[in-house]
Amino acid sequence: MSAEPVAVRPSPDAHPQASAQAPGLVRRKAIAPSKGKRPWTFYALAALFTAYVLALYGPMFCIYVLSFQDVRGDLVFPVRGFPSLWWFDQLFSQAQTGDIKGAFNRSIVLAILVTVLTVVISFLSGLAFRRKFRGDTAIFTVMIGSLVAPGLVLGIGVGLLFSALGLETHWYSSALGAHLSWTLPFGVLVMFAVMSRFDHVWEEASRDLGATRWQTIRMVMIPVLAPGLIAVALFGFTLSYDEFARSVQTAGALNTLPLEIWSMTLNITSPSLYALGTVTTLVSFVIIIASLYAIAALQKRRAQRQAGH
Amino acid sequence: MPKGQGQIELAGLVKSFDGVTRAVDGVNLVIPDGAYCCFLGPSGCGKTTILRMIAGHEDPTEGEILIGGENVVGLPPVERRTAMMFQSYALFPHLSVRDNIAFSLRVRGVPKAERLKAADAMVEKVKLTELRDRLPNQLSGGQQQRVALARAAITQPRVLLLDEPLSALDEQLRVQMRAELRRMQRDLGITFVHVTHTQHEAIALADMVVVMEHGQIRQAGAARDVYAFPRDRYVAEFLGGQNVISGRVESSAEGFVAIRPPEQKPIRVRCGTTKEPERGAQADVAVRRDDIVLLKPSDTVDPSLVMLTGRVRTLEYQGSFVKVMLDPVGQDDFIVYVPERKFFETPFQIGEPAFAAWEVEHGRLLA
Repeated sequence: MSAEPVAVRPSPDAHPQASAQAPGLVRRKAIAPSKGKRPWTFYALAALFTAYVLALYGPMFCIYVLSFQDVRGDLVFPVRGFPSLWWFDQLFSQAQTGDIKGAFNRSIVLAILVTVLTVVISFLSGLAFRRKFRGDTAIFTVMIGSLVAPGLVLGIGVGLLFSALGLETHWYSSALGAHLSWTLPFGVLVMFAVMSRFDHVWEEASRDLGATRWQTIRMVMIPVLAPGLIAVALFGFTLSYDEFARSVQTAGALNTLPLEIWSMTLNITSPSLYALGTVTTLVSFVIIIASLYAIAALQKRRAQRQAGH
Repeated sequence: MPKGQGQIELAGLVKSFDGVTRAVDGVNLVIPDGAYCCFLGPSGCGKTTILRMIAGHEDPTEGEILIGGENVVGLPPVERRTAMMFQSYALFPHLSVRDNIAFSLRVRGVPKAERLKAADAMVEKVKLTELRDRLPNQLSGGQQQRVALARAAITQPRVLLLDEPLSALDEQLRVQMRAELRRMQRDLGITFVHVTHTQHEAIALADMVVVMEHGQIRQAGAARDVYAFPRDRYVAEFLGGQNVISGRVESSAEGFVAIRPPEQKPIRVRCGTTKEPERGAQADVAVRRDDIVLLKPSDTVDPSLVMLTGRVRTLEYQGSFVKVMLDPVGQDDFIVYVPERKFFETPFQIGEPAFAAWEVEHGRLLA
């Protein structure tokens, strides 16, 4: 059914007259700029972009490099004894660095809890907001409101609320709530964008073919929306995993990882700190890459169906 | 399947979405079992709403829908044994052709091997075996339509409902798929209800054409009856192929009426089944474009013919005939289809005076 692509590029000698009589005209015909001379804006933008990349990755790169020093290493440049895993070894063997393992576990569990709740609630509100209902704008406004509230203030508020109610703050209760106040609005906004591409007629077709409501959600909506749901999950996880401001007043007696790192900066003066930074970044990256890979794999599997018989 | 299972009866059907205006306004109709029925009308005339009510995707405000003699209002689509083919096909984008077709079996809990076997049989029926592992977005419009058809047919419905099924296709494919739909309907032997706004599609396909306007049926009947014998001006103009001439009734006698269009001699027309209009009243006469003969002022004219005078406004060569537009009745189009050979025996020029003549029996008085 598709039309054959037609070569429209003229051969160089297609208009010998034109090139002989009006070379200027022929040169102006070229659409792509020639490689010889670039406008000054190209260099200005290239410089700006380079500065941007440096500002973005430079600081992190310093931490990573400094974490791979040996025993002679210090908190500042120059780098000594590169490369070595000495400070990583220190990080995992010694007791002085505090409860990193516990903090890490708590942060992961908290992030998973936040992720699951964010995905489920965002998905359900995405379903709800497809139709108009009474008070929908009010709910939406209130939801966006918690996005613009400063995190630290919001965390303090949660802490105060808990103490007013006579409840103890814990990372799995008050901190969970504080994190959700941050991840849910994000998740719902992403879900709105994802839902707008979901055609209502698929649901109707599913019903027409005899599916129950639950079957429609399970067999049609979730698979079609899967890439979007993974994106929401990714948001939820990363926002919670490195959340500091909302955790300070809400985590209770036991620290989450960002709090632990912060307290380490106050009392540890060795590159172990940088080693920890490298490890936690690595974890974040692994999770992000795994999620992106999952999305890509989903789409690839769909695309590959055409090849198989 | 017992005979009469796919008969559809609509009784006093009303649908109002806002409680004020009626999208469907009192529709009564019987569609016989195994018929190909086309609902024809402009957008917003209520034809799709009727289809969706038959399918069970919309509940009627008033009235009853009977399929095979039983009232199905309130039942879900599966229990009605209807299947719908949606306008843009609504194929599930994440499922292959085969899995799309097997979907209704999957939700019913049919084991995988069994449902894939059934789906493959259906895939073969619509000649998509090579493409059964493709996803919908890797198919052409025509192929997608065949998948949609197969997905609906595998549920073994007694009624198949098609919502503008050809509107997403280009002209050439539309004609092709039209034939395929008709073939499929004969093979399955079930009732097809097809909604369209294209008169060509309706009269080419349907056993029964239902012309709608403003939520009401204007005329329902066999394709030929509706096309050749339109009941009123709306039907005549919507189906096309007719000239409608308005005028004032001058006299009536012995079942014939004389109607005088502005600035013309009166034209005679038989009353037929239409109620005889009063003298002085406005009345419409329809004449088929291909029933009219074009004459030059110099030609000898049979005095029994009915005639209008005018000038040639435009000419369009159409291959097998020439479409001549005249200006005898004010702003209304008046079109004559002259067979190609005949036209070029004595060609007309634009601006030339011409007589449009037809036999009295070919005129029809409209209600």
